[in-house]
Order: sequence, then C-alpha cells, then structure tokens
Amino acid sequence: MPIPVLKLTNITKTFGSVIANQDVNLTLEQGEMLALLGENGAGKTTLMSILFGHYTADSGAVEVFGKQLPEGSPRAAIDAGVGMVHQHFTLAENMTVLENVMLGTESLLSPRHDKKTARGRLEELMERFCLELNPSARVKDLSVGEQQRVEILKVLYRNARILILDEPTSVLTPQEADHLFTTLRQLVKEGLSVIFITHKMREVMTASDRCAVLRQGRVVFEAATGDTSAEELARAMVGSEIPKTRRADRQRQADREMLCLDAVQVADATGKRLLNNLTLRLNSHEILGIAGVSGNGQAQLADLLSGLIQPTAGRIIIQGKPLAKPSPAAMLKHGLGRVPDDRTGTGLVADMTVMENLATESYRQPGFARRGVLNFKAMASHARQLIKSFDVRCPGIDTPVRKLSGGNMQKLILARVLADKPSIIIVNQPTWGLDVGATAYVHQQLLDAAERGAGVILISEDLDEIFRVADRIQVMYQGALSAPMPTREVERAELGLLMSGNRSPQGCALGGAA
Amino acid sequence: MRIEARENISLTMKTLSPVMAVGVAMAVCSMLLIWANASPLEGWMLMLKGALGSKFAVTETLTRATPLIFTGLAAAVAFRAKLWNIGGEGQLYIGAVVATWLGAGSLELPSYFMIPYLFIAGALAGGLLLLIPTLLKTKLQVDEVVTTLLLNFIVLLFVNWLVFGPWKDPMAMGWPQAAPVVDSALLPQLLARTRLHLGFILALASAVGVWWFMRATTWGFEIRAVGASPKASRFAGMPVNAAIVRTALLSGGLAAMAGVSELCGVKEYLTLDLSPGFGYSGIVVAMLAALHPLGVVASSIFVAVIYIGADSMSRAINISNYIADVITAVSLLAVLVSMFLAKYRIRWR
Amino acid sequence: MDIANFLLETGFWMATIRMATPLLFGTLGELICERAGVLNLGIEGIMAAGCMAGWTWVYLGGDLWTGILFAAFVGGLFGLLHALFTVHLGLSQHVTGLGITMLASALSSFVFRMLLPTATTPPKIVPFKPFPIPLLSDIPFVGDILFNQSALTYLAFLAVIATGYALFRTPAGLALRMAGENPMAVEAQGLSVFSIRTSAVVIGSALMAVGGAFLTMSAFDAFYIGMVNGRGWICIALVVFSSWKPGKALLGCLFFAAFDAVQMRVQQQSGMAIPYQFYLMMPYVFSIMALIIMSRRAAYPKALLIPFRKGER
Repeated sequence: MPIPVLKLTNITKTFGSVIANQDVNLTLEQGEMLALLGENGAGKTTLMSILFGHYTADSGAVEVFGKQLPEGSPRAAIDAGVGMVHQHFTLAENMTVLENVMLGTESLLSPRHDKKTARGRLEELMERFCLELNPSARVKDLSVGEQQRVEILKVLYRNARILILDEPTSVLTPQEADHLFTTLRQLVKEGLSVIFITHKMREVMTASDRCAVLRQGRVVFEAATGDTSAEELARAMVGSEIPKTRRADRQRQADREMLCLDAVQVADATGKRLLNNLTLRLNSHEILGIAGVSGNGQAQLADLLSGLIQPTAGRIIIQGKPLAKPSPAAMLKHGLGRVPDDRTGTGLVADMTVMENLATESYRQPGFARRGVLNFKAMASHARQLIKSFDVRCPGIDTPVRKLSGGNMQKLILARVLADKPSIIIVNQPTWGLDVGATAYVHQQLLDAAERGAGVILISEDLDEIFRVADRIQVMYQGALSAPMPTREVERAELGLLMSGNRSPQGCALGGAA
Repeated sequence: MRIEARENISLTMKTLSPVMAVGVAMAVCSMLLIWANASPLEGWMLMLKGALGSKFAVTETLTRATPLIFTGLAAAVAFRAKLWNIGGEGQLYIGAVVATWLGAGSLELPSYFMIPYLFIAGALAGGLLLLIPTLLKTKLQVDEVVTTLLLNFIVLLFVNWLVFGPWKDPMAMGWPQAAPVVDSALLPQLLARTRLHLGFILALASAVGVWWFMRATTWGFEIRAVGASPKASRFAGMPVNAAIVRTALLSGGLAAMAGVSELCGVKEYLTLDLSPGFGYSGIVVAMLAALHPLGVVASSIFVAVIYIGADSMSRAINISNYIADVITAVSLLAVLVSMFLAKYRIRWR
Repeated sequence: MDIANFLLETGFWMATIRMATPLLFGTLGELICERAGVLNLGIEGIMAAGCMAGWTWVYLGGDLWTGILFAAFVGGLFGLLHALFTVHLGLSQHVTGLGITMLASALSSFVFRMLLPTATTPPKIVPFKPFPIPLLSDIPFVGDILFNQSALTYLAFLAVIATGYALFRTPAGLALRMAGENPMAVEAQGLSVFSIRTSAVVIGSALMAVGGAFLTMSAFDAFYIGMVNGRGWICIALVVFSSWKPGKALLGCLFFAAFDAVQMRVQQQSGMAIPYQFYLMMPYVFSIMALIIMSRRAAYPKALLIPFRKGER
C-alpha cells in the first residue's frame, strides 16, 4: 500500500473552553480530490490551519509524504510541498501580482530581486494552467476571481504537491467556480493532491473523489463520493437533530407597504456605482430574501438600510413617507430594526456589558434616562427581562459581551432589536457561524416577527436559508436587483443563473410589480 | 511563544497588575541605585521619608499630586474615548496663560467669584486648544498624537514669547516671568504654613465628578461606547463625532485646570517652569489607574511620592533626581505589560 | 533683510544640508518602522539616547566612529524593547512608544547627570570635522555645499539611497513592506512576521539614534538635556508627508532644514519685526500643515498600528 501523501493523526485543538477539533484522523492519497464537508463552525478551517502551521494543535501529528511536520511552522509546510489557498485571501492589495507571488521565495539575505527569472517562471505557469493575469497589475485592481488565481499561482510557484483550498467558491459565481474545478482537475491529473473545504453539496458530488464530514470538531463520516448521496452527507453534516422551524401557513392579509426603495443609487468616493438603480418593495407580514454571491452589493444595501451610507440618488420611503436624511438614529426612529452581519465589530460593543449593549439603541428613551442621567435600575430590569425572554445564556447582565458564544451574541442583538417591536427588520447573514440550534432559533424569531406584522428583509448568501424562511426572493447581481419571485414558484437553477448574471437583471426596473 | 486569551480575568489579577508594575519599576530603580553606589534599601527609605516622613512632607506630596490628578483625569477621559491626547502640557500652559491674562490685575472680583471664573475660563481655553487636533482627526483623519505633541511645542514657545516679551514683569528683576495674579485669585491654603491649597480639594472633586459623569450620564455612556467601538456606536445611532468633541472639551479643560491650579495655588505668576512635564506624567498616572477616574487620585499620589521622594533622596545621597523620571517611565511600560498579562497568558513551547 | 541675498550664499545652503542630516536619519528610521507596520513614537527619546550615548562614548575617550556605532547600538536596544512590546505582545503602539520616549529621555538625562554631577557648563568633545571630498569640493558654490560636509552627512544621503534600494529592490525589503500591508500574506508564505517587524524596528531605531548622535557629535560638540527638542515628532510628520518614500523624505527634510536655516539667519538680523519665538514655532506649524495637506492622500501602510497575533481567531 503506498504511503498517503498526507496523514493527520489524532489532532485535537481547543480555544479556551471551545473544542475546535477532537481526535481527527484524515488521510489524503496521491492524485486524489478530497472534499472536506461541514457546517460553519464545524472545525474545518481550524483543522487546515493546523495542518499548514498557522495554529499549533494541542495534540496529534501531521505527516506529509511519510515525514512528520514540525508544529506551528508554515515554512515547514511549504517546504514539504503543502500549499494553501485561504478563504480570506492573503494578498497585499497595494502590491503587484508578481510581488505577491515572489514573496518568501528568495533568501531574505539576498542582495537583490531576480524579477526577470521570476516573471518568466510565473508566465510559464500561467500559460500551462490557463490562469492568465498581468504580473504587473496591482492586486486591488483585480476581480475576486482573479485574486483567487493569484493565490493558486502563489502555491504552484512554490512547487506544491498538496493543495488545500478553504471555501474556494464562496466568493465565485457558478461560472467562475466551474473554471476553478477545471483547473483543479488538471492539477490532479499532473499528480497533485487536493483538499477543498466546502459546505455546498453540489460541489462535493460533482468534483470530489472522496469526502469527509466534520461535525463539532470530529470526523463523523468518510466515503468515496460515488458510494454516497447528498442526503446521506446532509444528515451527517447536521447530525440527527434537525430542528424544524414552525411556519404558520398564513393567510395573505391585506398587506401594507412598509418600505420602498425607489431607484436608489450608491456610489463610492471614486464615483463607481455600488448600488445601481435599486427598486425594492417590502410589505408587512412578509420576509423578503435577498440572494446573491458575496460582493455584489449586499453589504452596501445593508449599510444603506442601516443608515450608515447615504444614497447618491433615489429615495428611501418608509411607510409611505420619504426619509429626508438617512442615519442610524433616523432609521431607529422610524421603527427599523437592524441586525448586522458583523456581530462583534458592528452589532455589539464587545468590551461592554450585556446590560449596556442592550441599551445602546435605547439609552436616551425617557424610561432609561432623565435629563442626561442614566437610570441603572430601569436598564437592569429591562436587560434581565430580555435575556430571559430571548434565552441569552450568560452569567449575568454585567458580563462583558466578548465572553458570549456567537449564538448568544446573535440572540442578544435580536433581543435588542425586537424589544422595540420594529415594523421593519433588516437582517444580514444572520446565521453565519451559528450552530443548528441557534440557526433555527434565529429563523423562528424572524418568522414570528413577520407573523406579528413586521416586514423583514433577509440578506443572505445561504440559499437554503432563503428557501427556508423567505416569502419572496430577489437576486442581487453587480449592485442591481432582479424582479421579486415568490419562493414557491422559483427553481434553484433559475436563481443560480440570476446570481451569475446570466439573465440580465432588467427586472429591477419593474421593481415590486410581481 | 504563544499568546492565549485568558478565559476569566480574576479580580486578583486585575488588582495585582498595577502592584506588579510598581514592583518592576522599583526593581529597575534599585539597579540604578546600585550603579550609583548607593544602597537600594537606604534609597527607598530616604524616598519614603522625604515624601511621607512628616506632616510637611505629606502636604508637599499632596501639593505635587494636585496637578497630576487634573492631567491624569484629562488623559484618562481622552484615552477612554481612544482620543490620544498627548497635548496635556500645552493645554496646561494655555490654562495658565488665560488665568494670568484675566487674573493678573485686569479685573478685580471677590475671591469666590474670581477663582471659579479663572478655572472656567482656563478650562475653556484648554478645551478649545484640544479641539483643533480633534476636529482635524474627525474631519480629515489627521493623527492626533502627532498634532497634540507638536502643539505642546508651539504653546511653550508662545509662553516663552509672552514672558520674555510683552508680559515680562518689570518688577521681577530681569527674570522671565509675568506679573503675579491678584490676591483674590490666589487659592487659599488648606493648612497653615504648608503649600497645600484649595486646588487639591478641587482636584478630588473633579475626580469624583468625572467618575460620575463617565458612569452615570448619557454623554459618558456615549464616550465609553465610542472609545470601545466607534463602528458599533455609529451603528447604534450614537453621535460619534459629537462624543469625541465633548471628550476633547472635557479632557483639554481638565488639563488646563492643572495650569490654573498651579498658577493660583503654588507659583502665583506665569513662568516657563510652571510645569516640569505634568502633562506627560498625566499619561503615566492615567495608565497606572487603568483609566479609572478614582484610581487617578491614587496613582497621582504614587507618582507625586516618587518625585518628592526622589528630590529629597538626591539631596541626601549623590544621585540625580532624574531617577524619578526613570521610575515613572518604567512603571508606565510595566503597567502595560502587567495589564496584558492579566488578560493573556503566554505559553512557551 | 533680503531673502534673495542669502539664498545665494554658500553658508546658507551648507547650513541647510547640515540641518537636514538628523532629520534624514530620523525620518528614514521611522519610515522603515512604519513600512513594516509599526508606529515608533519612541523616536524622540531614542534620538535623545543617541545624542547622549555617542557623546558619552567620545567624552570617555572613545573615537568618533565607534561612538556612532555605540549610539546605533543603544538605539537598537530601545527599538528591541519597543518591538518586544508592540510586535510580540501586541501592546498599543501609541502608549508603548510614548513610554519608550519617556524612558529613553529620562535615562539619558539621568546617566548624564550621574557622569557629570557638578558641571555647570556642559563639557565639549572634538566633533566630526568637515570632510571635503577631493576634486568635487573644488567645484565653485556647489562643491562647498554638497561636498564639504561632515562624513555623517554623506552617510545620511547614502542612507536615503540604501533605504530606497533595500525596500524596493531586495527580497527582504519586499517582505518588510508586505508585513506592513498584510502580515497574513507574509505568514502564509512561510516567513515570520515577528522577525521581520522586529528587525525593521531595531534597524529603524538605530538610524534614529545616529540622527541624535549627529547633534552632539557633528552639529554641536556638547550634550544638553532636551536638545532633540521635538525633532523626532517632526520626523513622524515628515514620514506622512513623504508618503513613506525615501526620495520624498529627502525633499521634505531639505525643505524643513532650509526653513530652519532661514529662521536662524533672520534671528541674527537686528531689529526684526517678528519675535524669534514665532520663527521657532514654524517647523511645528509646518509639520501640522503637512499632515493636513497630506490627509486626503495619505496612503498609510494598511497594517500600520495593527498587531499581528499568530493563531488569532
């Protein structure tokens, strides 16, 4: 039996009290494409970071081509032939493609660069693997797909024999993803071995030779891809307990229009249009799902609706009244509740307490402050009541929020937002990084809010989530929205085409005419 | 070497960290004493005796702590909002300049009007001075560290011009100093035959006031939130820039009150040696107190003990009183590390 | 007073070049630190330490060049301390830098007083002499200005070229700049962010100290407490002004030095309309103005002030 090119033995890693990986065993054979599957937070990225030496494992060993790798040294991993394409690219934006590729390939003591040789080798690689780029272009001028090519070229340039890709398609359109998998196939044909991390079933089934599923830090399932099915993998991923969200089959009521974006545009400082002629209508009692590949303007839409950025043209109309000057405070005043995607950075002040965070949007209300002096008693009882009714698990209301788990942080934000009974709720990637239980909880809260009569906009890159809770779906592509489609009538394939811009999204001009 | 966040920060670690810092500072200082051929133990005893050994020594120490409480509060408030105000020295002098301008004879008021009037006017000037770098920061993203530092030099040269030029007191026999403030502007003594003055009480009251303000008012809540996370505060609808501007007015004002207090309580006239770097020491004071307004009082007294003690030690044995500057600088660095160690643990493997 | 007149004097231009020297060393040193992602507010104190160390070395009988090396060594030690705190422990670069400045200045004054407890006027050493470069210094006007300077001044100009070359033409320079742009990129390519940043801060601090040493060993011949007088802070403004480019740093330093020279000239004239203190303020005012002008365009190294922690999540 040939030696596996890569062998992980009994890897365990904890972050404080959180177990990220426990007794993980995994092998990779020569010329194999292995898919590593798992939910957010299952420990996939941690495992690969240990393998590459970013993290040091608490115990366990990594063997490459039969030789054990020293701990915590990316250099050793690279020298042994391991190359990693990170989910968040490790590129310096202000520097050129060539500089990014060359970094670390020459001796630091060498008195000069040999840029000419390097460029020659790089161009040869680009030609061989159809990864055309201009070596002198600055990384920040490249598209996301091109930046990923730079990452792959970096790895190939260093003669990697084992290629690890962390969620490589999360930022790509389906077409770009197809191109990526063609490239990977070619690499495997040339004798490389590949591991790619994903949570998308389609990719596993079409591209991999073998797959392994991680759940809560353990390998719970391993099989040749041909011997298994998408259903089996899905069950392995979430475990037995799949909490069902309760969804009342509600009667369509005479819905009122809660929020309307009327031909809104947003441009950045250079005049580039980030949101283009956006029209959107949100009714009461409904959840409107905004789908799309990351980076197509969802962040700007969320910022716009949160009051963080101003439209350069168009109007925001809330319950029939145009909003004069959008700002976070104005949004709150008009009954907009906002749940941002970045919980620790934007949603919460991580170093302040649970009580203080529950008050950040309401501390000026007469109940909590009089003549500029805070009423701690009222704030505390409000906080106690909220953490009870929203089931926020924390030692007490004086605990710094930093210490809560991701799920409890999200519950805390929901508690703050929903406490004010908002008539409009904007949520952005609300379940990113949450476990199944917390995800179900968030979904239930959104459904309940809609039931009560609120209008909810759910921005998400997770199509499953959108299908599960949204009443209507609009797809965002390059800063524009498709026409809305009722969830029951829409096909996944159709959404995929819209997300990659294959059908020109003229629908946006018609807005909510559906 | 690996750094890991501690799960729980125990209260012992929290309280122990400044003590550890002081320990390290003392160790470094002992080495300097040994280098200077003096016995560390003797040195420490001399310092303690000099600073706390008699009733008079204690009042001298508290007198020295007074401006440090003001500048320490100034730094603590600003740093809490992540406004890096290193301009305490300049703001202190501006406070003294304004107090001289209004208090050296241009106006006669009874004491109980004069003193508040000078403090308020001085504080206003200090706040406005800090407003310049603050607005540059909020409007143009100019780093306030460098601008506040540079403003210190500009203000000092301005004072230099005043005391050598238009404000030079003809009665001062050629010394570069301005005319003294009028009697009604002088801060009354707290104890007969000592230099301890009303400024100390005002400083204590300010510490309590700032503590209450930061903890219990909506403006204080905003300042703390903005300092901890400007992004989250903005998202929550807080007036971020207004909070920073209020911080600047408060911080600059407090630093300027140190100047007024020194002028009307100790020196009586404006000179170039009104402050031996109180503005900079205020940063050490604030850091030692972990930016807590009440802690500032304790750490000011600690720093004052070092300075007064070092003065008296340097008279008794042959050692330079710059040792006090060394000790405070070391304790600043040591407190940074010990605060870090309270939050993180280092694993060697 | 006629400005046009002394713009034609060699003396004025010689003074400009001379006064640019300490600023050049300081600015280049700070530039190297910041390119690697570390703000070094220790500069003011490290320059003072350099002043003191170089001067003491010579005063105690050492020769000039080893004195410069000693100053660089002392500066490097303070740089190491700064790097230990900010790079390895990830402490606030602002507060640590101020702490280093306080410590270095206090130690310089303390050591000086311990060596010379009683001296009322600071003793003098024999400083660097002008070192005319043969032939080149004979060129009229330009020869005196450019080629009849102290050896340290030539060194400063060479340092501009060397820094530019090292940063943009060598693998180490690429790694250093990358550490200031995206440390993860450096780590992912198998290099150590910690060693790169530490080396940059140590080398940068050594250069700052040489700038300080120039003051006591070439510009003047004695040590005064407080003689750096804000030059370090001006260097920090100059780094922003130069957009983190050595060539532009040279221009900025020359501009400031020229103004300093003008200011000294004006001071010497009798019956001046404006008090000299206002001329002395000008470098600080200009520094603030430079920061304001550059604020819109300043392209800070992306990872400046952001500590890198391995295995952070």
